[in-house]
Amino acid sequence: MREQILTIIEKNSRIDMSELAVLLGMEEIDIINEIAAMEKEGLICGYHTLIDWDKTGIEKVSALIEVKVTPKRGQGFEHIAERIYKYPEVSAVYLISGSYDLLVTLDGKSLREVSKFVSDKLSPLESVLSTATHFILKKYKDHGTILTKKYEDKRELITP
Amino acid sequence: MRNPLADKVVDIKPSGIRKFFDIVSEMKDAISLGVGEPDFDTPWHIRDEGIYSLEKGRTFYTSNAGLKELKVEICRYLKRRMNLTYDPDQETIVTVGGSEAIDIGLRAMVNPGEEVLIPQPSYVSYEPCALLADAKPVIIDLKAENEFRLTAEELLEHITDQTKVLILPFPNNPTGAIMERGDLEAIAKVIIEKDIFVISDEIYAELTYKGERHISIAEIPGMRERTIVINGFSKAYAMTGWRLGYACGPELIIEQMIKIHQFAIMCAPTTSQYAAVAAVRDGDEDVAEMREAYNRRRRYLMHAFRSMGLKCFEPYGAFYVFPCIKEFGMTSEEFATRFLEEEKVAVVPGTAFGGCGEGYLRISYAYSLENLKIAIERLEAFIRRLRKK
Repeated sequence: MREQILTIIEKNSRIDMSELAVLLGMEEIDIINEIAAMEKEGLICGYHTLIDWDKTGIEKVSALIEVKVTPKRGQGFEHIAERIYKYPEVSAVYLISGSYDLLVTLDGKSLREVSKFVSDKLSPLESVLSTATHFILKKYKDHGTILTKKYEDKRELITP
Repeated sequence: MRNPLADKVVDIKPSGIRKFFDIVSEMKDAISLGVGEPDFDTPWHIRDEGIYSLEKGRTFYTSNAGLKELKVEICRYLKRRMNLTYDPDQETIVTVGGSEAIDIGLRAMVNPGEEVLIPQPSYVSYEPCALLADAKPVIIDLKAENEFRLTAEELLEHITDQTKVLILPFPNNPTGAIMERGDLEAIAKVIIEKDIFVISDEIYAELTYKGERHISIAEIPGMRERTIVINGFSKAYAMTGWRLGYACGPELIIEQMIKIHQFAIMCAPTTSQYAAVAAVRDGDEDVAEMREAYNRRRRYLMHAFRSMGLKCFEPYGAFYVFPCIKEFGMTSEEFATRFLEEEKVAVVPGTAFGGCGEGYLRISYAYSLENLKIAIERLEAFIRRLRKK
């Protein structure tokens, strides 16, 4: 039941509860209770809006930053990850396998603002060995949603 | 000049769908609930396999009955999903869509004048294919009160000394009806007793919504040796344009089907066959995901019909609902035409699938929920106007 609910609200968190009940063939009250429970358990962590900022005309820059760090003795990566995610401009921090350790995604107003964050805040951190910043030039698809093209029904209108 | 045409071809009536298609295509910005194919794209890993086969230069004929690798995977799939056991070498043929399998199956099995039983409402090609095979089509009108299932009594009533083959079209297009194990056991008794054969069109086998998986009549004891099971890739894997299907059955019959196929077709498209290997081998999850999406839409439509008081039996298969519009005192065609003209929504009159479809509409839910919602709003408005009068 949880998986079915989550698959739908992951794509559309604003769906009407009575409609969700119809789609899943369940009772509305059960769904409301289940969602409340999942919120309480921290399974559902938030409800966000997917925005194509390019279309708003508002200047925004996103970057992916690869960060190599030396983990602190006894604390692993937790400590340094926490230092980084506390900055409000940081939107995500992932621990990564492979040639670097942390992947930090960042939203800023301009290239300069992002660069400034990297040089002034991120790089000087004691455990950070090196960083490599990649600016996102265009988002084609985000959170499973294609941003660049509208769905077009290419089928014939009537087929047997 | 002499008449260059064959009478039996000229005498075949053009499909009722075609007629409606012509009206719809004239209409600008109509939204359609009229298609018989999935709205999903073919899953990427399947397309990728097709592309890869082209890159590798696999552009030659395959053997007549189909790529060995594909036949093996088809048989594994049928065992895994449908509990059917077939030999890939002797009992399996890969065809150009399920529709070719229907055609060559009938041609391989019927002598001139022998009767082919066709339950209706059903897919449009059975009757013409039977006629082209010089058979005599005998229509069995299915009934709404039986949820459009075929009963043993109905079957028995239509069997004569000339009856050779029963076409069994379940899960059904256009009604969405399914046949469950008990239903199949009941008709199997009659079939065995009367010594007739079955062409079971199971193209929608993966799309059932009643908990238990689809049951093939070939699974019922005593039926395997007298059944051709037809299935394909179009509906389950959203691969309509790839034109690929298959038939499995006793070697005795499949061998003769391969003979016709070899002279008429040579082999099914090679690119499609390679892509299909990926579909049957790794596609179970894709199918499950699409099935779940269809099921949500099905529930949505049934709920909407109940809310507007439109009579409709609950269909548990394919991606169609078949609501009854008899209360409005119009023929299916009148209703569909007016609905199209006044609300710009295209649905298919039930009569396109046989005379007993009169009083019903086929509504396809191979559309996004957003699309369905718009259409349902319009249907509600239309019905409200009709009821006021």
